[in-house]
Amino acid sequence: MILFDRVNKRYPSGYEALKSLSFNLDFGEMAFLTGHSGAGKSTLLKMLILMEKPTSGQVLVDGQNLSRIHRNQIPYYRRNIGVVFQNHQLLFDRNVFDNVALPLLISGLQPRDIGRRVRAALDKVGLTGKEKMNPIILSGGEQQRLGIARAVVHKPKILLADEPTGNLDPQLSEEIMNLFQNFCEVGVTVLIASHDLDLVSSMGQRLLKLEKGILVEDEEGLYDA
Amino acid sequence: MMHNRRRRTESKGPPSFLTIKDKSQISFIGKLRGYMHSHHLAFSSAIYRLFSQPFRALTISFVVAIALSLPSGLYVAVMNLQKIANIEDSSTTITVFLKMSATQPEINALQENLLLDKNISTVSYISSQQGLDDFRIESGFGDVLDILDENPLPAVLLVQPKTGAEYDSNFLKQLASKLRTETLIENVEVDIVWLNRLKAILAIAESLSLMLGAILSFGVLLIIGNVISLALDNRRNEVVVVKLIGGTNAYIRRPFLYTGFWYGVIGGFLAWVFVAIALYWMSIPVARLAELYHSFFKLEGLGFFGLIALVSVGSALGLLGAWLSVTRQLSTIEPK
Repeated sequence: MILFDRVNKRYPSGYEALKSLSFNLDFGEMAFLTGHSGAGKSTLLKMLILMEKPTSGQVLVDGQNLSRIHRNQIPYYRRNIGVVFQNHQLLFDRNVFDNVALPLLISGLQPRDIGRRVRAALDKVGLTGKEKMNPIILSGGEQQRLGIARAVVHKPKILLADEPTGNLDPQLSEEIMNLFQNFCEVGVTVLIASHDLDLVSSMGQRLLKLEKGILVEDEEGLYDA
Repeated sequence: MMHNRRRRTESKGPPSFLTIKDKSQISFIGKLRGYMHSHHLAFSSAIYRLFSQPFRALTISFVVAIALSLPSGLYVAVMNLQKIANIEDSSTTITVFLKMSATQPEINALQENLLLDKNISTVSYISSQQGLDDFRIESGFGDVLDILDENPLPAVLLVQPKTGAEYDSNFLKQLASKLRTETLIENVEVDIVWLNRLKAILAIAESLSLMLGAILSFGVLLIIGNVISLALDNRRNEVVVVKLIGGTNAYIRRPFLYTGFWYGVIGGFLAWVFVAIALYWMSIPVARLAELYHSFFKLEGLGFFGLIALVSVGSALGLLGAWLSVTRQLSTIEPK
């Protein structure tokens, strides 16, 4: 599903974010990306949503070479992927419902389908009944779950998350991680960047450890997806 | 829900899902409906944003209206003056001023002589005394004239050229220069010269209004472009998020295009109203003036087609301004 083949990333400043990175993530597999900040986790995720391009090497998603995707096709490509951001990237000028509906509006879904799918996504993350609220009054955990609802509402086959538990207490963090595991169980390929090694290890999933842009550890999970 | 999803992936077989073309699984009608819906949302959100800051929206529309009303007002003025110029065409006379030294018999001989010319249809004589009397009556400066020792006005012959040649400026010029060679004649003035000058000035004014229109249209483009650019800056965050979750540039641009469109439409309409008010204001003194000249002249406004034209020009400028500014700026807003 996701294949990194000897990927290098060197920024114009000369900083090398990724060095000859290779790994393969199967369809429906879940993996954690760990390492200290600056290890290249974010750069890796950014490559998967075409915010960054490798300096050399190839990134393949479902057999599609990402460097061959034309600029005009980037938006359509991104609709295949759900992304959960550390800072949520929610829009506070609209309510919870409209935040979740955004990916569906963008892909031009009919209004009658939108309501149904938004409610289903909110139900899945446990935010039913908060549709009319402004996300600004939600708690940190709720905001993160709202971000997850928006990331999965259009039923992507790949779910990426960048430090999804960054500012949450351990119990909330575990809830969030379990949520991701649920998506993995229904066939979504999930890749989560997190520096919280304790939490990540307890999940029993595949672990990719980055150090200064090099993949230093690739630990198989307890069970295959 | 989850079961549903699992079943669907299984039935689809091999996991080849990636769509980098436009939403391929949706039917054409569905796509169209989604597209219309997205336009509907962009349309209403643009209106909502205008009404949420009515004073701001009105100020911008007023600026657009002022810029559009200046050239269209000038155009209307030129149009009306041209109408006047065409009405006055009907009476072309050559005014011949005689030398003060000319005696009555000499004048009579000249008048008869001129009448023999086949280029001239009538010659009427206004003596200096008659001219003075007319002036006294028409101007109301009679008392002033009494101070003068002698009559300052020369005798005048009004020469009407032959019918059919009244508007031929070359012919009139020739006739005038022929008349000038007469020893008794001091000066010759052709009305048509004045008229031609007026027409030439009006032609300049017309192209001036076009030029002004072009310059101010460019101004409108810049104004709306700037306003949209600011609006885009304010919503930078939203643009980044929309880009991250797969919004196309067209999708992001849409509400801004509608905003520019509305500024243009409202501005164009207000410009029409401004011109109409100015015309109404001027119509009363103009009617009084027309009455003095025994004319049925009436001011002509922009009319319905003028309204359509102003609103179309306004909306086109609004759209173009918004498109240019959003397109220029969108490439600089990339998720980091």
